[in-house]
Amino acid sequence: MPLLEAAGIQKIFGKLTALDGAALTVGENEFHGLIGPNGSGKSTLMKCIAGAEVPTQGKVSFINTDITAFTPTERARAGMSLKFQITSVLPTLTLYDNILLALQAQSSLFDLVFSRTRGALHDQVMTMLTQFRLADRAFDAAAALSHGQQQWLEIAMALAGKPKLLLLDEPTGGMSLEERRVTGELLQPIKKHCSLVIVEHDLDFIRDICDRLTVLDQGKVLASGTVSEIQANKSVQEIYLRRA
Amino acid sequence: MPKSMSVVREAIAGDEADDAMVERVAAGQAKEQVKAGRKVLPIVEGVVLVAALLAPLVLQDYLTVFATRVIILALFALSFDLVWGYAGIMSFGQALFFGSAGYGVALLARDLDITNIFLVLPAGTLIGLTFALLLGGFLLLGRHPSSVIFVSLGTLTGSYAADRLARGWYYLGGQNGIPSIAPMSLGGYEFTEGPAFYYLVLGILVVVYLLCRFLVRSQFGLALAGLRENEQRIAFFGYKAQHLKAIIFAIGGAIAGLAGSLYAFHEGFVWPNMVGVVVSTQVVLYVLFGGSGTLIGAVIGTVIVEGVSFWLSDNYRDIWPIILGLLLLLVILFRPLGLISFVLGERERVGSFGARPKGTEKETEKEKRNAAP
Repeated sequence: MPLLEAAGIQKIFGKLTALDGAALTVGENEFHGLIGPNGSGKSTLMKCIAGAEVPTQGKVSFINTDITAFTPTERARAGMSLKFQITSVLPTLTLYDNILLALQAQSSLFDLVFSRTRGALHDQVMTMLTQFRLADRAFDAAAALSHGQQQWLEIAMALAGKPKLLLLDEPTGGMSLEERRVTGELLQPIKKHCSLVIVEHDLDFIRDICDRLTVLDQGKVLASGTVSEIQANKSVQEIYLRRA
Repeated sequence: MPKSMSVVREAIAGDEADDAMVERVAAGQAKEQVKAGRKVLPIVEGVVLVAALLAPLVLQDYLTVFATRVIILALFALSFDLVWGYAGIMSFGQALFFGSAGYGVALLARDLDITNIFLVLPAGTLIGLTFALLLGGFLLLGRHPSSVIFVSLGTLTGSYAADRLARGWYYLGGQNGIPSIAPMSLGGYEFTEGPAFYYLVLGILVVVYLLCRFLVRSQFGLALAGLRENEQRIAFFGYKAQHLKAIIFAIGGAIAGLAGSLYAFHEGFVWPNMVGVVVSTQVVLYVLFGGSGTLIGAVIGTVIVEGVSFWLSDNYRDIWPIILGLLLLLVILFRPLGLISFVLGERERVGSFGARPKGTEKETEKEKRNAAP
C-alpha cells in the first residue's frame, strides 16, 4: 500500500477548474516531485492533500485511512506536515520558541500550562536547530534571519512533529544557489523516516533530490514516473518547450 | 549577533582592517543588545502596583470609592484582554458574563440572603464561566475555525439579547434592575464602600493578574502567541486551535464574572446596562487604549479612560464625551498597540515563555565577552 494516494481530485473555484481528476501516489520513504507549468494546479493539489482546501470531488487516503474530510489538525495528528509556500515562521518569537511551538503541538494542556514541555523537549529543540544549521541563532528573533534561513527554520518546524509525510511547497523559492544546494543536503537525511512531496520550479533541484516525478498540466496528470522516465517523455518536453 | 560580528570582523580583517568601522559596528550592536536586554515591563507593573497601594492614603473618601470601581473595571478589562489580546477572539459581548454574574449574586443576596464573600464571589465566577462555556462552545467549537465576524456578531448578539431580556423580565427588576443589594459580608463584617473594599478588590486584582501572567508566559501562552499570529499554521502543527480559544474564552468569562459580582456589591445595585452592549464596548476601549496583548496595558487603559472621563465630566460638563471620543480615536489611529507601546518594544510585548535553558546562557555570555572590543 502506498503511503499517500490521491485519486480523481477535482477542484473548482467558481468557473475555474483548477484540478480535473488529478492523482498522486507516494510510497514510503519516497521523495516525490510535483512539477508543471504555472497554473497547472500543483499548489492546489498540495492544498487538497494538506487539508487547506477541500476537493470538489475525489479521495485522499493516507496510511490506509480516507482523510478526505479530515481537518488540518487531524491530518497533522495522523502524521502529515506542510510547509507553506509563503514563509510563515512566527517573526517575533525566537527560533527556539518557533521550534518548541511546533514540537509541543500534541502535548497535553497540563504540560503546556505548567511548561513541562520546555524542559522535556529542550534536547529535541537543539537537535532540530543544529540539524538545520541554526543552533547559534537559537535565541534571536526569527525575523532577524535571512530569507533562506527562514525557509530552513520552517522546514525544521514542519519536521518537528516527526511526520510520515512532509509536503513542501517551493522550499527553495528566493534562495541563492548555495542555499539551494544546502537545502538539498538538509533534506537528504530525513528520507530514513519520512516521505516528501515537493512542488518546485527549480528543475535541477527536483532532479537531484527526487525519486519519482508527477507532471501536471491544466489540472490533469500528464505523466508520472521515475526521473529518467519523465526526462525522456516527449509530451513533458513539449509543455516545457512550449512554455519556453 | 556575535557571529555576524565576527564575520564582519573577518571580512574587514581580510581587507586590511579598518578598526574604526569594526568598533562602530560593535558599538551599534552593543547598544542594540542593551536595549533588547532592558526590561521595562516589570518596572511599569511595579509603579502601577505602588501607586495603587498608596492611592487610598492620598485620595479623598469619595475618590477612593471611585478608585475601587476603576479597579473592578480593570479586572473586567483583564478578562477581555485575555480573550482578544492573547487569543485573538473579538468578543463584543464580554459584559454578558460581567452582568449576568452581577445579576446572579444580586439574586442570591435578595432572595436567599446569601452575602458571604466566600459564597458569592465563587458563585459569580461560576456564572461567568458557565455562560462563557455555553456561548464559547457554540461560537468557537465548530469543526472548522469560526470567522472573526461570526464570533464578534455572535457575542454582540448575546450581550444585546441579555440586555433586552433583563429589561423585560419582571423577576430581574425590569428597567430598574435590582436596587439596594445587601453588602457583601464575612462573618459579622460587612464590606461597604471605602478603603477596606478597595484593598479587597486590589488584592483580588493582583492575584488574578499574577495567575494570568503565569498563564500567558507558559507554553500554553506560547501556543496562544502562535495562534494570534497565524491560526492556520498552528492548526497544521496539530494544535486544536479551537479548543485553545474556547479555554481562554471560558477563563475570560470566569474573570468577568468575578469582576461583575464585585461590581454588583460595590455599587449596591445592578441594572440592564451591565449586561449590555454599552459596557461590552467600554471594555474594548479600555484595552485598545491601554494596549491589548499586555496585561498591564488593560489595567492602565482602564485607569486612564475612567480617570480622564471623571475629570472631563467634572470640568467640561457638556462636551466631555466628544473630547473623550476624540482622544480614543487619536490613540487607536496613531498608536494601534495602545499607550503601553510608548514604553514597551515589540519584542518585550510578545515576551518570552520561560527562562533560557541552562548552558545556552553561559555560552552566549562568553561569546559576548569575546566579541566585545
